[in-house]
Amino acid sequence: MTDETLLEIGPVSKSFGEAPVLREVSLTVRKGEFMTLLGPSGCGKTTTLRIIAGFESPDSGRVRLAGADVTDLPPYERDVHTVFQHYALFPHLDVAGNIAFGMRMDKVPPPEIARRIPEALAMVKLSGFEKRRVSSLSGGQMQRVALARAIAGKPSLLLLDEPLGALDLKLRKEMQLELKRLHRRLGFAFVYVTHDQEEAMTMSDRIAVFNKGRIEQIGAPSEIYEAPRTSFVADFIGGANVFSAKVLPGAEGRAHLLIEDEVEVDVPLDPGESLPAPGRRVKVGIRPERVRVYYKDELPFGALRLDATIADSIFLGDACQIYLRFLKSAPDKLLTALAGGDRYTMHDDLGVPAIAAIQPDDVYILEEDA
Amino acid sequence: MLDRALSWLLGGRRPTASHLLLAPSAVWLTIFLLLPSAGLLALSFAHNGPYGAVSWTLGLQNYRRAFNPEYVPVLLRTLVFSGGTTLICLLLGYPLAYYLSFRAGRRRGALIIALMVPFWTSALVAFYSWMIILGREGLLNAVLRRLGLVSAPLALLYTPFSLFLGLVYFYLPFTVLPLYGSLEKIPRQYVEAAYDLGAGRWSAFRQVTLPLSMPGIVAAVLLTFVPCLGDFLTAELLGGPRYYLVGNLISNQFLMAQDWPFGAALTCLLLAGLVGGLWLYRRWEAVA
Repeated sequence: MTDETLLEIGPVSKSFGEAPVLREVSLTVRKGEFMTLLGPSGCGKTTTLRIIAGFESPDSGRVRLAGADVTDLPPYERDVHTVFQHYALFPHLDVAGNIAFGMRMDKVPPPEIARRIPEALAMVKLSGFEKRRVSSLSGGQMQRVALARAIAGKPSLLLLDEPLGALDLKLRKEMQLELKRLHRRLGFAFVYVTHDQEEAMTMSDRIAVFNKGRIEQIGAPSEIYEAPRTSFVADFIGGANVFSAKVLPGAEGRAHLLIEDEVEVDVPLDPGESLPAPGRRVKVGIRPERVRVYYKDELPFGALRLDATIADSIFLGDACQIYLRFLKSAPDKLLTALAGGDRYTMHDDLGVPAIAAIQPDDVYILEEDA
Repeated sequence: MLDRALSWLLGGRRPTASHLLLAPSAVWLTIFLLLPSAGLLALSFAHNGPYGAVSWTLGLQNYRRAFNPEYVPVLLRTLVFSGGTTLICLLLGYPLAYYLSFRAGRRRGALIIALMVPFWTSALVAFYSWMIILGREGLLNAVLRRLGLVSAPLALLYTPFSLFLGLVYFYLPFTVLPLYGSLEKIPRQYVEAAYDLGAGRWSAFRQVTLPLSMPGIVAAVLLTFVPCLGDFLTAELLGGPRYYLVGNLISNQFLMAQDWPFGAALTCLLLAGLVGGLWLYRRWEAVA
């Protein structure tokens, strides 16, 4: 553990009754880092957050905060505050009373509390709301008050449990930017739970992708996007074309693959990436937006050419999705391409021949799913 | 005339067909509550004739008599026993309701039914049972003597102890159920938020759970205190003549003294006090 590490958990397991919810989850959060726990519902991300906050205790594994083991401490003895999904603002207190609550519990002197309330409200752009009743606030305002309440006590770690889930899309986009700005200004670490991959991409320093109680991959957004390690991560983030392939003998530092027993491709390996043994079957993926579609013979340099026909296409406005049929032996396994909206072909073009071009270094090899 | 009265009753809204659904209860209340109450009010201004006959020369003499200092001790005693019962019920009932709401888990249903059993038992049967338990030769004294804890039987029945016991026994469900109803509705998240912000168990209870259960506490106090004020059966059977309450005073006017007009006046005063108190409470609640 270095000086930079703020939170370290693991390997944490937890079951509710018979059902395992977390299986040996390990995670570290650095000081000042914006870490997002991302995954579909029921993947264990919220349980992980609740274990960090102290609302649940793990069956096995430890939680260390700022170097101290806090696994057996109750939530009120941890220097961690939570922004709850449904705000959980105290209805019997006004806005100022809600924000003062944590500071009163921490025995902050009253003049200091009085000074920090307007400060916290200014941070969330709600200056002058001190005397408002909680029931008179809109959803977005409640979310801001919940945020102000959690940051007013200056914890070393802020936990956010899908805080924007109940807001409409426009407000959510606004709040994403504001949270990011707040995080930069406050300087303490955020652990943020969401099922929205776009939200995770926008805001995080690092993302931990959860699936079925395990962390499938931890990394910076670009890392997770460019080099997903498992087909779940590839599919959950940005969508993916996943095919099976056989490893053929090839040159050093490259993987020679036969995709779906039809298409041969020579994929350069990343430094440190191990070469799968020849003869093994692996899964490979490629991002839809890395598949280029041409209607006449104009192939970019170094690209792999796939002769295909258009199976379907969807117009999305600024973009379009084109589904390509390129395998003779398995015509139902389609290749998805994401192209600019100007490349949209009308429906009467369905079945027409097209050329799909793939750069071999855009193909990534996926680990076996656990 | 009728439609104006109807519209007033409906708070200014126009009567519609769906308001006919109110008709059965309106008829019921008119026949069995409003008309008898009006009769009682009229009766309270009448004179008591010989042998319990009522003479309809109206006057205020019954009310004047009610404020006679000889009735002050009964009134004070009633307030003490009602207030004391309410307090004891709250102290016993709040932890019970808290347990039912947050800790009982799967046992909750069975426990609530157990709580309701005395409520479903005929009060008369229950109080006679208590008399058998508490009497000089009763169960409790027998056990105490067998154990050698007392040499002579204790006087338990017809004491403030037995009266409080009976009142608390009978009214406890009236306290627990509204408390349970309001505690159970408090989302777990509020308590978690309090813990999260650094409140220990006791602080979280004091600062969050207790204030949020206030409506339940007020309802519990009203539902216990008000019927206690009018209670006469418990005092009759477990309190004895030395601890008569206002309820006994009233029932005696109707059943023993044959002075219906005076009984009616006492009833109207009790009702006026209750309605006045509720009105003040509503005013206070609206302001707060």
